[in-house]
Amino acid sequence: MFDALVTRARVKSPWVLHFDCGSCNGCDIETLACLTPMYDIERFGMINVGNPKHADVLLVTGTVNHRNKKVLQALYEEMPDPKVVIAIGACGLSGGVFRDAYNVVGGVDRVIPVDVYVPGCPARPEAIIDGVVAALGKLRQKAVPTAAGAGGNGRFHPRMKATGSS
Amino acid sequence: MKEPVIDVTPAAVGNEVRQMKDAGWRLVGLSGAMVDDEQIDILYHFDKDLTLSHFRLRAPRTAPLPSISAVYSAAFLGENELQDLFAVRFENLVPDFKRTLYLEEEITTIPFATNVKAAEKKT
Amino acid sequence: MARTVIPFGPQHPVLPEPIHLKLVVEDEIVQEAIPALGYVHRGLEMLAQKRDFHQMVQVVERICGICSMIHSLCYCQGIEEMMGIEVPRRARLLRTLWSELHRSHSHLLWLGLFADSFGFESLFMQLWRIRERILDLNEATAGNRVIVSVNVIGGVRAEISEEQQRWILGEMAGFERDMNRIRSTLLEDYTVKSRTVGKGVLTREMAYELGAAGPVLRGSGIAQDMRQLGYAAYGDLDFEPVVEAAGDAYARCKVRFGEVMQSIRLVRQILGELAKETDPALAAKVKGRPEGEVVCRVEQPRGECLYYLKGSGKPQLDRVRVRTPTFANVPPLLAMLPGVELADVPVLVLSIDPCISCTER
Repeated sequence: MFDALVTRARVKSPWVLHFDCGSCNGCDIETLACLTPMYDIERFGMINVGNPKHADVLLVTGTVNHRNKKVLQALYEEMPDPKVVIAIGACGLSGGVFRDAYNVVGGVDRVIPVDVYVPGCPARPEAIIDGVVAALGKLRQKAVPTAAGAGGNGRFHPRMKATGSS
Repeated sequence: MKEPVIDVTPAAVGNEVRQMKDAGWRLVGLSGAMVDDEQIDILYHFDKDLTLSHFRLRAPRTAPLPSISAVYSAAFLGENELQDLFAVRFENLVPDFKRTLYLEEEITTIPFATNVKAAEKKT
Repeated sequence: MARTVIPFGPQHPVLPEPIHLKLVVEDEIVQEAIPALGYVHRGLEMLAQKRDFHQMVQVVERICGICSMIHSLCYCQGIEEMMGIEVPRRARLLRTLWSELHRSHSHLLWLGLFADSFGFESLFMQLWRIRERILDLNEATAGNRVIVSVNVIGGVRAEISEEQQRWILGEMAGFERDMNRIRSTLLEDYTVKSRTVGKGVLTREMAYELGAAGPVLRGSGIAQDMRQLGYAAYGDLDFEPVVEAAGDAYARCKVRFGEVMQSIRLVRQILGELAKETDPALAAKVKGRPEGEVVCRVEQPRGECLYYLKGSGKPQLDRVRVRTPTFANVPPLLAMLPGVELADVPVLVLSIDPCISCTER
């Protein structure tokens, strides 16, 4: 019963941590634009936090390089389970136009597991919001591995019984 | 380049740069470019009332060069960057990141001189 | 007196980008700041040796997503100078138009983040709401919100129709009205003034000696703006650099606000000139390969940007060197930090408008 409440709270109000790996800022400002009145991601209950220990969702923009991969790894490990990672933009997916540069490791998935990929250069705010909503389905799946309807469209209904334990 | 370019030698660069500063020029930045496998060009860009002037320092990449960070303290970033990208050495550079301004310590390839390893620079 | 080292960044709530500062603190007062860069370094300058000079336009655009159009403008102007290409006047006017749109969206973005850095969140939201107007213009005229990618070597690739010109003019009126409405909050509010006036003072002499660029330089009373060089179509337009004398964070904020208003006036002037321009040509033919050395400068929202290009008749350039404005503004930042309270550090770091992906490339 308590587990179900926690899961519901998590999926209904995920806290988001944004980390810029080596992006050109294009995707970053679009991610920030999601928070502002035009797109207003807070209507999904999402709050942008600065502390990885409070976060459920990690938004990563940009390519990974040799220096920030350690920071990215550390941030990922500091986040409590269950957690989902969203890679944003062409660079976060594969390295984008920078893939041939000498200090680029590649996409985010070279360092940490990624759950949702949002394409675009830069990714549009609509696409980012779509990605985050898709990630919530994953979050629920991770929180309640055996729940019916897990992995679906991410919508959660209070009458959906959470049967597993997290 | 349409602006004047003055060739300087490693021995004279400190003095020449100080004269530019006394004459009221602002240091805009430093650029580096490989001439061939051994020689490097370092360009010092100066600005005064929207006109540019350049110094060109051509030297072998391996020999230590004098730092101008004592004259223009802001040059430390540019010189550290050149150390990273070309593995040249600047003497009396403060603060000196020792080739780790951009690159991690374990990276030993030099971006702009790929046939040389930087291992000998780690002292 | 306890002496402590406090790390600031790379992941910090007020910073959209990773920069790391080691702050040596003595009883809440910063004594020294040591920067550690490299979290965004990708090695873009090196890509010039792998991509040909046309493809590099798309690469330099992605040095920084906020001033991307102006990066490619500078690069294209450098190549055009090297190859002796005469750009049609219409293309130069359109380039100027897009770079002014970029400047105002970048400044609004900064003003918003600046408000956020001292916790004025509703002001941040308002400024970003206004900024969406510019992004809509970008999207309608060029096809993308942030990285507009309009420059090609020899000109531009998109035309702005007369209908769109009228719409831009209408939007500018609304934009100006919004800005005037927010002016008193941004520039006279007690919250803003108490956190910015007298903080991080950079004197005229210090700014010049440390090689500050752009609004940081102009906020310290030096009227230097690369647009005065008259590149693109700026030579035909009438404007004066926005200057403030105080040299503190508030002055830098005021300069940027003034430049947004200046951009609106410039856009109106450009649209007037465009209506008079009869030649429909958008781009000149490009023949041959770049050879020689060239240094090219433009004014980005963050200040003076310098490109050094070197070609030797091959499709790939030998060297593309970018000296970005934030690179020049880091030493002034380090000079203004000693002596301030720890709580003011985020405000001051933001006051130079740091663009780390520009700095490190």
